Amino acid sequence: MEKITVSFILNGDEVTAEVPPSWSLLKTLREYFELTGPKEGCGVGECGACTVVIDGKAVNSCIYPVAEVEGKSVLTVEGLAGTDGTLHPLQRAFIENNGVQCGFCTSGMLMSAKALLDENPEPTEDEIRTSLAGNLCRCTGYVQIVESVQKAVKMMKEKS
Amino acid sequence: MIDYQYLKPKSLEEALSLLESYGERAMLIAGGTDVMVGIRNGKFAPEALISLRGLEDLAYIEKDNDAYRIGALTTHRMLETHPLIRSELSALYDGASQVGSVQIRNVATVGGNICNAAPSADTAGPLLALDAVAVLKGPRGERNVPLSEFFTGPSQTVKELDEVLVEFRVPAVMGEYGSAYHKHSRRKAMDLPILGVAVSLKVTDGKIEDARIALSVAAPTPIRAKRAEDFLTGKMVSEDVLEEAGKIAGEEASPRDSLRGKAWYRREMIETFVPRMAQKALERLKNR
Ligand SMILES: Cc1cc2nc3c(=O)[nH]c(=O)nc-3n(C[C@H](O)[C@H](O)[C@H](O)COP(=O)(O)OP(=O)(O)OC[C@H]3O[C@@H](n4cnc5c(N)ncnc54)[C@H](O)[C@@H]3O)c2cc1C
Ligand code: FES
Ligand code: FES
Repeated sequence: MEKITVSFILNGDEVTAEVPPSWSLLKTLREYFELTGPKEGCGVGECGACTVVIDGKAVNSCIYPVAEVEGKSVLTVEGLAGTDGTLHPLQRAFIENNGVQCGFCTSGMLMSAKALLDENPEPTEDEIRTSLAGNLCRCTGYVQIVESVQKAVKMMKEKS
Repeated sequence: MIDYQYLKPKSLEEALSLLESYGERAMLIAGGTDVMVGIRNGKFAPEALISLRGLEDLAYIEKDNDAYRIGALTTHRMLETHPLIRSELSALYDGASQVGSVQIRNVATVGGNICNAAPSADTAGPLLALDAVAVLKGPRGERNVPLSEFFTGPSQTVKELDEVLVEFRVPAVMGEYGSAYHKHSRRKAMDLPILGVAVSLKVTDGKIEDARIALSVAAPTPIRAKRAEDFLTGKMVSEDVLEEAGKIAGEEASPRDSLRGKAWYRREMIETFVPRMAQKALERLKNR
């Protein structure tokens, strides 16, 4: 099959990919752009390890056809920290609050949380849990993760 | 992994002509949450996917004098966050807000949910109980199919291969009904229902003027429990009456034994949740 050309914004930069039309966004990110932050857990939309943010919305990149990101803006965990390497409050909170154990779910958790906080800077615990319901974690039991998001909310509020 | 072409028509006309020329070799894709998973699992092996995502003008929620109009490309997230849906077509809010996860709801569409025609589709019961009509467009023109005539079997509908679902119309009068949907599943999130029960009621001074009851995963397709509806119509609201309606609905269903639940269990849950959803619909009417 002939490759297709897809142009979009990836973590703030204009990029173009030449990939087979059947590739998912996840495969393109990992194998074409070598961004291995987004993980493949299930490959069928169940686990959230592949979550990225497209035009402000959290999506499962494993079932997102790459052809559909044409002209859109994609944010992965690699684009979460500032260009000078300053960690995003969510990243700091996850580290300081033991929101990370093996780390496999972390990039997806961060991206779901990022989309939530951009839309709703002061979510309730319920809203946090709803936003993370599509992200499975086999290690933490979720409590530290929810608390990490709450901590990030505080950090962001203090800063502004 | 199979390879396929990915076609991105910019208009409905273009999509229809692509559908016509590819015929059975192509498949429509909207949010892709069923299609991409189906391809991955080997259920589908299309030569081409025809994407509807470029038809952004098919994603809308509107209300005019005749009807609520919901574009086929409307995502579950749009339904979940739209005030009109939440307050006036509450059963649809209940259904859409419980589909998968936020990530799924951000891309999955209501048109895809209905065209995929899983017996467990979470918007099927609510749309049935709200008397929705599906608007199909194809080379032979446009036709309106009441949702109660839309499903013909698991994964099967009256939609022809060369037709595109463009809109759902819910009669404006449904705004005067109270409605509710219960998704019965083992886990709170990310699980398909064992059973779905949707009820809508129009009540004046305690008298039920009209009732709709829809059941999913209770038969090979989502169904209306018409005998239970007829039983309710004209009666004064009471616990006994609602319970009796639940029993009748249970008799009308033809659930099967499956991994998720036994037939007898589904029937008992219908008896339980028809009255409960009726109560919830009534409460919502009161609180308006
Ligand atoms: C992890 C996960 C969890 C899920 N959880 C739920 C759940 O809780 N409840 C539930 O009901 N579903 C669930 N689903 C199934 C799925 O998300 C829904 O059915 C969804 O609404 C499908 O919409 P879509 O736009 O993604 O459809 P697509 O996958 O794009 O299409 C589905 C089918 O409909 C056809 N189609 C789509 N749009 C049109 C149109 N406008 N005209 C004609 N044909 C069309 C396609 O050709 C295809 O056959 C889940 C799926 C996943 C992957
Ligand atoms: S890898 Fe995408 S949801 Fe699991
Ligand atoms: S930290 Fe291991 S899966 Fe979440």
